[in-house]
Amino acid sequence: MTTPFYVAPEQMMKDRADYARKGIARGRSLVALSYDEGLLLVAENPSNTLRKVSEIYDRIAFGGVGRYNEFDQLRIAGVRHADLKGYSYSRDDVDAQSLANQYAQILGQTFTHEMKPFEVEILVAEIGTEASEDQMFHIRFDGTVNDERDHTVLGGEAEAISERLGNAFEPAMSLAAALRAAVDALAGPDRSLDAGELEVARLSRGGERRSFERIEGDDLSALLG
Amino acid sequence: MTLPLFDPPRDPGPSFTGLLRHAGLVPPVPTADVSDRLPLAHGTTVLAVRYADGVVMAGDRRATSGNLISHRGIEKVFPADRHSGVAIAGAAGPALEMVKLFQLQLEHYEKVEGQALSLDGKANQLGQMLRNHLPAAMQGLAVVPLFAGYDVRRDQGRLFQYDVTGGRYEEQDFATTGSGSLHAGQVVKLGWRGEMSEGDAIELAIHSLEQAADADSATGGPDLIRGIYPIVATITADGFTRLDDDDIEARFRALLDRLTADQA
Repeated sequence: MTTPFYVAPEQMMKDRADYARKGIARGRSLVALSYDEGLLLVAENPSNTLRKVSEIYDRIAFGGVGRYNEFDQLRIAGVRHADLKGYSYSRDDVDAQSLANQYAQILGQTFTHEMKPFEVEILVAEIGTEASEDQMFHIRFDGTVNDERDHTVLGGEAEAISERLGNAFEPAMSLAAALRAAVDALAGPDRSLDAGELEVARLSRGGERRSFERIEGDDLSALLG
Repeated sequence: MTLPLFDPPRDPGPSFTGLLRHAGLVPPVPTADVSDRLPLAHGTTVLAVRYADGVVMAGDRRATSGNLISHRGIEKVFPADRHSGVAIAGAAGPALEMVKLFQLQLEHYEKVEGQALSLDGKANQLGQMLRNHLPAAMQGLAVVPLFAGYDVRRDQGRLFQYDVTGGRYEEQDFATTGSGSLHAGQVVKLGWRGEMSEGDAIELAIHSLEQAADADSATGGPDLIRGIYPIVATITADGFTRLDDDDIEARFRALLDRLTADQA
């Protein structure tokens, strides 16, 4: 019988974190920010079918970056969690916080106990009846949860994008202004992004029961101006 | 409630009813005839009429158990999703549960798969739910729904009738189900014309419900005292729209005035 090599726990965690960070940094980023009617989610995504932003429930949206198959599996689990909960109790009892905690459990558990951590970062966003009740939970590959206000960035270049977005952000911006700020932050000073490279969706207050809505095609081009 | 994650071979896919089976939330089937032993509420008359721009669905508000009126304001016409509606007759409890599950099934599919089912796919789903419900129907809990919708791929309204075995029958012009369906159906049959306007189709639906209520004790007419009126909804390219109670009240009052004048 061979004795396994001893690896210090600190080293093991650092290796896994480096591995996950590298995987996430390979993909494009996603930003979410509040605007005057709700929350806006913008991802740099050249694909029209492999979505990074999706609907979870009436007032809850999901955003994911990193490995597509991994965050999509988490997205579907989130839809199932929300629909089962709404069916068993009531639609009003489905909330982002409980879902974010569930995600954190799974990501944390996998990071500590499995060979390979998830190479994803995810966002669970929920709009309330007023802007002050909006919630954005940013969950990282190791299960760390952050409760974000106003805006958040997921992905490899989060720091640089976050700084640009923070500079451009103002409370209660119009949809077009918020979209412009998000796209400029994602693109940075040396690039520009057009409608075909963006995936945009919003959660808007005061409309129908299902508040998630994609902004695509001509609507998106018109907003980008 | 934990996060429902599955190994690929056990994954229920986009099916919400499949997910419910995994979660152990499927209700048991009764082993004896329930309706013989306990009073059950039954929903009665609903109908769907195709017109130029889509489909009108309508249903009365009465639920009966035996010869008693158990509810005066029950609702039997529901949106199934944005472009379709479902109306129910039969044992009220299981019927309302089936509507709730059907609505969820369509929404769940749409969210998991990223696109809505085709209208045929939705109609088939309801047929399968009815077929699964057959053992309960044999114990006196029969549910007989109507399904109608606007087919965005074919640009037309379509309607479907069912039986308790899950048999799915697409009708061309109109469909009725429930205890007053014979009387309501006759009125619609005589008044139906191709390419009717929305207003005419709504009038026809209201007239047929009034006549069904006049001839069938289990069908409720307009309740002028309590202000409870049958539910009428239209399904067009713009989606499912339920008419305002005020609008329906005005139409019923006009109809009753005409019928009264005819008697004089």
